[in-house]
Amino acid sequence: MFLVFLRSAIRLSTTFLFGSTGETITERAGHLNLGIPGIMCLGAAGACVGEEAYLKGLSDMSQANGFAVVIIGILCAMLFAGAGGLLYAFLTITLRSNQNVSGLAITTFGVGITNFIIPQVDVTGFTTVVSKAFTAYAPGADRAGWFSDLFLTYGCLVYIAIVLAILVAGFIKRSKQGLSLRAVGENPAAADAVGINVIKYKYIACIVGAGISGLGGLFFIFDYLGGNWEYTIEALGWLSIALVIFSVWRPNIGIAGSILFAAFYILPSYVNVPFQYRELIKMIPYVVTIIVLIAISLLRKKELQPPASLGVPYFREER
Amino acid sequence: MASSKIKFELPFHITKRTDIVAWKAWLVRGGAIVIAFILTAIVSTILTKGDMGGFFKEMFVGTMGTANKALKFLNGWVMLLMIGLALVPAFKMKFWNIGAEGQTLMGALASVVVIKEWGKVLPEEVLIILMLLFSIIFGAIWGLIPAIFKAIWNTNETLFTLMMNYIAIQLVLFAINIWAPNGSGTIGILKYGSFSDAFGMNYIINIVLVTIVTAILFIYIKYSKHGYEINVVGESVNTAKYIGINVKSVIIRTMVLSGALCGLAGWFLVGGSPTPTINSTLVAGRGFTAILVAWLGQLNPIIMLGSAFLVVFMQTGAAQVASTYHIGSSSAFGSIVVGLFFVIVIAAEFLVNYNVVFKIHKHKKVAKTADSLATFGNKVEKEETKKEDIITEEQFEEELESIGTRYFERTITKSKNFEGNDTFTPQKEKPPVEKTAENEEKEDK
Repeated sequence: MFLVFLRSAIRLSTTFLFGSTGETITERAGHLNLGIPGIMCLGAAGACVGEEAYLKGLSDMSQANGFAVVIIGILCAMLFAGAGGLLYAFLTITLRSNQNVSGLAITTFGVGITNFIIPQVDVTGFTTVVSKAFTAYAPGADRAGWFSDLFLTYGCLVYIAIVLAILVAGFIKRSKQGLSLRAVGENPAAADAVGINVIKYKYIACIVGAGISGLGGLFFIFDYLGGNWEYTIEALGWLSIALVIFSVWRPNIGIAGSILFAAFYILPSYVNVPFQYRELIKMIPYVVTIIVLIAISLLRKKELQPPASLGVPYFREER
Repeated sequence: MASSKIKFELPFHITKRTDIVAWKAWLVRGGAIVIAFILTAIVSTILTKGDMGGFFKEMFVGTMGTANKALKFLNGWVMLLMIGLALVPAFKMKFWNIGAEGQTLMGALASVVVIKEWGKVLPEEVLIILMLLFSIIFGAIWGLIPAIFKAIWNTNETLFTLMMNYIAIQLVLFAINIWAPNGSGTIGILKYGSFSDAFGMNYIINIVLVTIVTAILFIYIKYSKHGYEINVVGESVNTAKYIGINVKSVIIRTMVLSGALCGLAGWFLVGGSPTPTINSTLVAGRGFTAILVAWLGQLNPIIMLGSAFLVVFMQTGAAQVASTYHIGSSSAFGSIVVGLFFVIVIAAEFLVNYNVVFKIHKHKKVAKTADSLATFGNKVEKEETKKEDIITEEQFEEELESIGTRYFERTITKSKNFEGNDTFTPQKEKPPVEKTAENEEKEDK
């Protein structure tokens, strides 16, 4: 029972992890993208459109190549989500509009488009061919008993998410570009003065961040839900934003955090409590996030603070 | 800027403008709204394969086709406006309260709690007053919690209030499950506590009271001492401290007001409805849409009347279009239309706040020289002065001839580094107090 629970939590955590890794990149560049829920929805919509087109192009459903299905899903999800990120970036970086307002507008827009597109997509083969490709694991990986249940038998996206989170954390912490990215988020004027192309960094951070977040939507419908559609991605998107705070802007901490969030999210269906109290259990991730938020503001430790210019538009000629 | 090897240069540059004439600003915004309207019309015409006339007709039919629809539309309008109004004091203070959804929901929950507890025993009038009190208190508490942490420890309020929304939603779901032990997840329509049909007309109390709140809030923000303090804290916390405003108490007081007004909106949503009930989607995202409405209405209650109207009109109209032409789910189409509308209007705001100046060939040359000197110039200590004007070509030529190239280049370099440039740009002197305070704020950061 516990094994099933943990396995399920690890699976669901991937959605949060993709979402928060993407949002972390964006926030590190000083942009609080509240459009993430909408962008994750867009990723899901993009994947659906892409898979539909691919399956339609085949003469027979059984010819579908699992590898191609996964690649197409990832590319289309990133394309749609990246487009949402580009729109956000254009509004907030070039046009310097308010980040909260732009983000919320993108969420409205993205959720609307997704709820509009997905019911019109021909879902034949989604629950069989496509979902199978996304949940497939290496042959022979299921022979090690509980070990393989817990570690080896997930779909590829679970591993991609974890590797990506570690890579992004390393990139932000150790690489030269990561240092520049942090500088842009902390003090864009200073970064500009030392010759970092602030606008370029911000644009790339917003678009790449959105693209990665979009994968969360893709994973949720094709792996976790097995090719079905549910209007819950938006709520998961808000939790992903919470996770960014929980992980104090570090995707590697986010790996553990996402599993914890996912565990709380699914806990009500596994524990034997009166159903009334299940809603209270679902509240825990939000409460924990607030506690973390308060704690980091109490500690006043510099390395735990949000990027200093988070939410502040940068205009070189203004000081 | 520091690099002397700039390979690519945009043919224009952007300057901030603070002096745009009001009618010009509104012309830009109005233009954006018209463009947004036309664009959504085109999009839906393509999707419906119908005609554009049909689109506009359905927009109006959906919103005010029948008396009942018009009344519902009116109620939707004032409800969105009410939540938007609640956000105005907080946003004026630059306190990003995105927790209106939760604060409103808590207000609604309080009303329902009162109905459930005392609905049978108390007379209707007393019950409604009690609901009002509880709603306001609950909403205020939900606004107070993040405000305390912001005021004392400077906890990020955007993320805090965002999380509070979901706690409120979960609390409502929890309460519903307590009230509906069969697990149906719905409490049905409440028998007591509705004041919607007072004076023989649905929603009349909502509409009248929100109108009054609009007027009061306008006066509060514009003419009261509190309103002034809110403005000063929003412009610069340091200025506020300097002139002796207790910033912490202003933050807490304003957020209590903001939350209380949201709670009031929750009271309207429960008691003011002909079918009083509660569920987690009672507020229906208005808490988020209201942020856009408030921002679009320049945080001015009177202008917000218009922005709330437009948004609700677009939403309801688009829903009608979608259901008439069978294009997807109606709420989804409404979201697309409103989202598109907001994106365009947000983008247009750029033209109000910034000036795009196209560079002319000669300026380019100068700019290059200036850039190469800029590396050197960066070492020179900078002064905190804004560059507000640009040099016109005529001025430039005159100066070039009269003063000579050397002096000119030096001056341009200076202006490129945004130092005070009294030769070309007569600057408006700012009041010294404000200036110092702004500088202080920058240094603090």
